[in-house]
Amino acid sequence: MADRYDAIVIGGGHNGLVNAAYLARAGLRVLLLEQRHILGGATVSEEIYPGFKFSVFSYVVSLLRPEIIRDLQLSRHGLTILPLESTLTPLPNGDHIYRGPDPHETFRNISRFSTRDAEAYREYGHAMYQMAKAVKYILGIRPPDPTSFHPREWLALLKLGRHFLGLGEENLYTLVKLMTMSSADFLEEWFETDPLIATLSASGIIGTFLGPRSPGSAYVLLHHYMGEIDGVFRAWGFQKGGTGGVAEAIASSARELGVELRTNARVAKLLSRNGRATGVVLENGDELHATTVISSLDPKLTFLKLADPSDLPDDLVNAVRNFDTYGSSGKVNLALDAAPDLACLPGDGAHLRGAISISPSVDYIETAYDDAKYGKFSRRPYIDAIIPSMIDPDMAPPGKHVMSCFVQYAPYKLAEGDWESQREAFGDAVVDSLSQYIPNLKKIILHRQVLSPWDMEQQIGLTGGNIFQGELSLSQLFFLRPAPGYAQYRTPIRGYYQCGSATHPGGGITGAPGRLAALEILKDLRK
Amino acid sequence: MPIPTPLHSRTSTLCQTHEWRDWSGYLSAATYQPSHETEYFAVRNAAGLLDVSPLYKYEVSGPDAARLVNRVVTRDLAKCQVGQVMYSPWCDQDGKVIDDGTVARLAADHFRLTAADPSLRWLQDVGYGMQAEVRDVTTQLAALALQGPNSLAILRRLFPDPRLSTLRYYHLLQTEFNGQPLTVTRTGYTGDLGFELWIANDYAPALWDALMAAGYGYGLIPVGLAALDMLRVEGGLLLIEVDYTSSLHARIPQQKSSPFEIGLGWAVSLDKHDFIGRQALLKEKKGGSPRAFVGLEIDWLDLERLYGAANLPPMVAGRASRIPVPLYASGKHVGQATSMVFSPLLKRYVALATLRADCAQPGTELEIEVTVEYVRRRAAARVARLPFLDLPRKKAVSRG
Repeated sequence: MADRYDAIVIGGGHNGLVNAAYLARAGLRVLLLEQRHILGGATVSEEIYPGFKFSVFSYVVSLLRPEIIRDLQLSRHGLTILPLESTLTPLPNGDHIYRGPDPHETFRNISRFSTRDAEAYREYGHAMYQMAKAVKYILGIRPPDPTSFHPREWLALLKLGRHFLGLGEENLYTLVKLMTMSSADFLEEWFETDPLIATLSASGIIGTFLGPRSPGSAYVLLHHYMGEIDGVFRAWGFQKGGTGGVAEAIASSARELGVELRTNARVAKLLSRNGRATGVVLENGDELHATTVISSLDPKLTFLKLADPSDLPDDLVNAVRNFDTYGSSGKVNLALDAAPDLACLPGDGAHLRGAISISPSVDYIETAYDDAKYGKFSRRPYIDAIIPSMIDPDMAPPGKHVMSCFVQYAPYKLAEGDWESQREAFGDAVVDSLSQYIPNLKKIILHRQVLSPWDMEQQIGLTGGNIFQGELSLSQLFFLRPAPGYAQYRTPIRGYYQCGSATHPGGGITGAPGRLAALEILKDLRK
Repeated sequence: MPIPTPLHSRTSTLCQTHEWRDWSGYLSAATYQPSHETEYFAVRNAAGLLDVSPLYKYEVSGPDAARLVNRVVTRDLAKCQVGQVMYSPWCDQDGKVIDDGTVARLAADHFRLTAADPSLRWLQDVGYGMQAEVRDVTTQLAALALQGPNSLAILRRLFPDPRLSTLRYYHLLQTEFNGQPLTVTRTGYTGDLGFELWIANDYAPALWDALMAAGYGYGLIPVGLAALDMLRVEGGLLLIEVDYTSSLHARIPQQKSSPFEIGLGWAVSLDKHDFIGRQALLKEKKGGSPRAFVGLEIDWLDLERLYGAANLPPMVAGRASRIPVPLYASGKHVGQATSMVFSPLLKRYVALATLRADCAQPGTELEIEVTVEYVRRRAAARVARLPFLDLPRKKAVSRG
């Protein structure tokens, strides 16, 4: 006799966990299934090298919704997000741009290049705050269906329209610019210092297959500003113990709420009868039954692998097949014998407790993108490096360090060879690029872990290795995410839902898709 | 982390209290001596010396310099003679105040502006296409304020220049100190007789020393920001981000103010050639402003009554308070007091306030929120004329 549950959540990433916790909180009997031996999905910390903890995939937190932190009492379950307060851009000539928590210090630092830019930087932050405030509303709502005639959808659209008209003329113009421009073009309207533009524009390309000069990248810029409005300005942070600590906190809360969390349980197929979900069958053949099944996986897995595409309408199948999950970023995690020493700022200092951005010019990043366009990893990539052990000493043995390097670009498909043969060459390119600014780096590396998009697909099941489960381009956002007509977490199969980063409002450790999906499910169940 | 001003070598040895504030990213002494009142009285009774170097300073020069500055400020610069200084706000396109400061006309085509906030970008952008150069001299030019009734006598000891004695209020003269160009302006932020001295950073410490030496026997002491805050409230002088919010920093439109709403209507020349914000200000002038900037006096007897009920004497802050406090008329919220101080000289508890225009007539009876032993009460208050302290010596010109 198979087990019976009210709901089965497929995938133990942070969105799956949040979804399960909210459903259990409403009184449902919930089972969560994770294929790996460890929960977290891309939100995971692992001791890859003895004594050194890596945030293997995702590495910073800013967008985790505060209502989720409160509702699930995550602080009580171990959530401790430590501030990441500065960004250092080392330059090839030995100079640097440092932006830190003291606005006057940042002002003076940018002033060394351009006083105009130092002034504009304050106003830019203010403008982006206004924009983020405007768009934040969208993050908190279920996307209305603009083609539906249902009064509920009309009402939602009307509210949305009213919200946008209420932004005021100037904000509306800025918003349209953000929606249409490239991040470099948008930033060049504000600034003249190239390395500053480059570093800021990098927020517009993270996780996407866009260059700083690709139209549409400006919106991603805004997406990364969103975290700054709920709490203090510059709310990027680092979870104690690595990002895995976020998943552990949500899992602990879910467990307390009664969710059964099962690892090493890979789902093979969705079970359905007469267009209604009835449960899942595991790869080991076990059948588990529930009237509600929620997939936190990407749409290609949700619709083309777990469900049977022949049970689904053609338009959806086509949209999902065309859904862009092409990965563009890699990750290099380093275990270090000592602290990295920067050529531009030798020795210890506050700059080591923030982000180090290898983005010396817009051309540098755009050239890195050029490599990727033609199927090569960037020989001189953009790198966003942090040294978590500087913020949380428990990440490495005393005096030793871990360094997390987010790298772009690393295209999922290589024009020549494959990732198994190219992985270490990619790692070398990253270490070489960093060594130009951190001369002692090569001497202190104890262990190196290199992850390509292909590795991410292999290890945690992200199709194409896209860190957002699908490109964060305008064509794949809001009521188009993941497919027109299916952006409200439901699927054509009754009782079968989606709640991953490929649903609104998208990727990053927000938990928002998981929560919004749970609220829709509970509405359907009239809970 | 704030950095030292060009005068830090002097101010740091004099600052007995080690009480520093962050003024635009610079270390500024809040007090030098244990009693800020000593410093306050030095300015009202003898003389005080302040390091005001953190002010932002800009030089505008070139054939179109006057046109550029006149496009920015609301005052009419055509009326500003060479050697004159004008105080003015400047606005955005909607007529909302961005900042306020002084404009000194050093030559027909050469101006020096002071500002509370960084303004290079704004000035340069406004001057786009004009034949004028805008230079940020903030980090090159130090500024010392010598304020108080003895300030002129002290300055005359140091500079035998006969023009000093006849230098009029809001006028300047250019002289030399140790062979270096020095600008002396008869300006200040204390509402008293006083001067401000502008000199290149490297020569500022020697100037400080010379002034301190000249002031020996004249009661000159260094004065910090705590005393300055009291002095400027008595003088009815407003402070950005305290008494009003710059339109560049406002988070909502309601936080912005027009010059009319912060008591600077007198500094708006609507009849001059077009300037930024003019259209909006014309409209506001016609339709009236919703708010007004006023003085406020808190009824001392009523305050005594409220505290007396709790068996306490009135507890008022010795320093100026910058915490906004709500004001009421007939039980309805009508505005807020933004700077408040017990004037040691006037023995009056006074405030700068923003009020709904219909409640802003001098003499209007209001109520102000007062917290007595953790309980919120309301004390009687009355709209008063600004400035609270109007010293004839501030503007007086001696006859040689």
